[in-house]
Amino acid sequence: MSGVASLIKVGPTLIVTIPEDIGDEEAVALQENINEQIERTNASGLLVDITALETVDSFLGRLLNDIAVGGRLLGAETVVAGMRPAVAMTLIELGLQLKGVRTALDSERGLAMLGVDLRDRRRG
Amino acid sequence: MTVDTQLIQVVSEKDIVTARSAARALATSLGFGAIDQSRIATAVSELTRNIVRYATDSKGRVTLAEIEDPAGIEIVVADDGPGIADIDLVLQDGYTSGAGMGLGLPGTKRLMDEMTIESTPGVGTTIVIRKWKR
Repeated sequence: MSGVASLIKVGPTLIVTIPEDIGDEEAVALQENINEQIERTNASGLLVDITALETVDSFLGRLLNDIAVGGRLLGAETVVAGMRPAVAMTLIELGLQLKGVRTALDSERGLAMLGVDLRDRRRG
Repeated sequence: MTVDTQLIQVVSEKDIVTARSAARALATSLGFGAIDQSRIATAVSELTRNIVRYATDSKGRVTLAEIEDPAGIEIVVADDGPGIADIDLVLQDGYTSGAGMGLGLPGTKRLMDEMTIESTPGVGTTIVIRKWKR
């Protein structure tokens, strides 16, 4: 999957999916779009799903950090979900500390951290 | 010994993605594991961004090659100016001449097995990075 990022609002939570290969300008545009959407929809939670993202360099790493810090400043608790183990290793060696970022192993856990109720109501 | 090479002309910000994708594809085809693929793609992304940010007219070249004896990958990232006056300085963590964080070159060096920088102010910079298969 390459393509474009998607933003959807589910209840009070804004869910952003970052595509496999996102360029610098697209990433900066996405950051602006996220901030606008948080303000417009009054989202209280922001989940940034980076499962598809294969390469996170210092630019994109810093941008993810800025998205998380920005989300929080706008009142949306933010979780970055789905970082690949290889990406985590690379960021450590690169020397990038994502101090402003709360992370979750996957989107489901990330949504749970944001207080989204994931129970299956079909089973009562 | 160099076996096969692939040249990517860098002319704009979009070529950062092109170069790192090509590097990852070659690393994958050479049998590098997931973590090394990530290291190599990230290193190429950092160096290609340096061309876009600092080289004259954002123009440069990325050459990807398989190497043998020992087996590995070699990437040459070159531009025609303005050059780096103090190479030791740019290899220090946190040093930056621009808006970056100063992790690009020292970070790239940590991600790869070898990195050499040749630079002449006013002429250009050539950076060679290598990763061996284990």
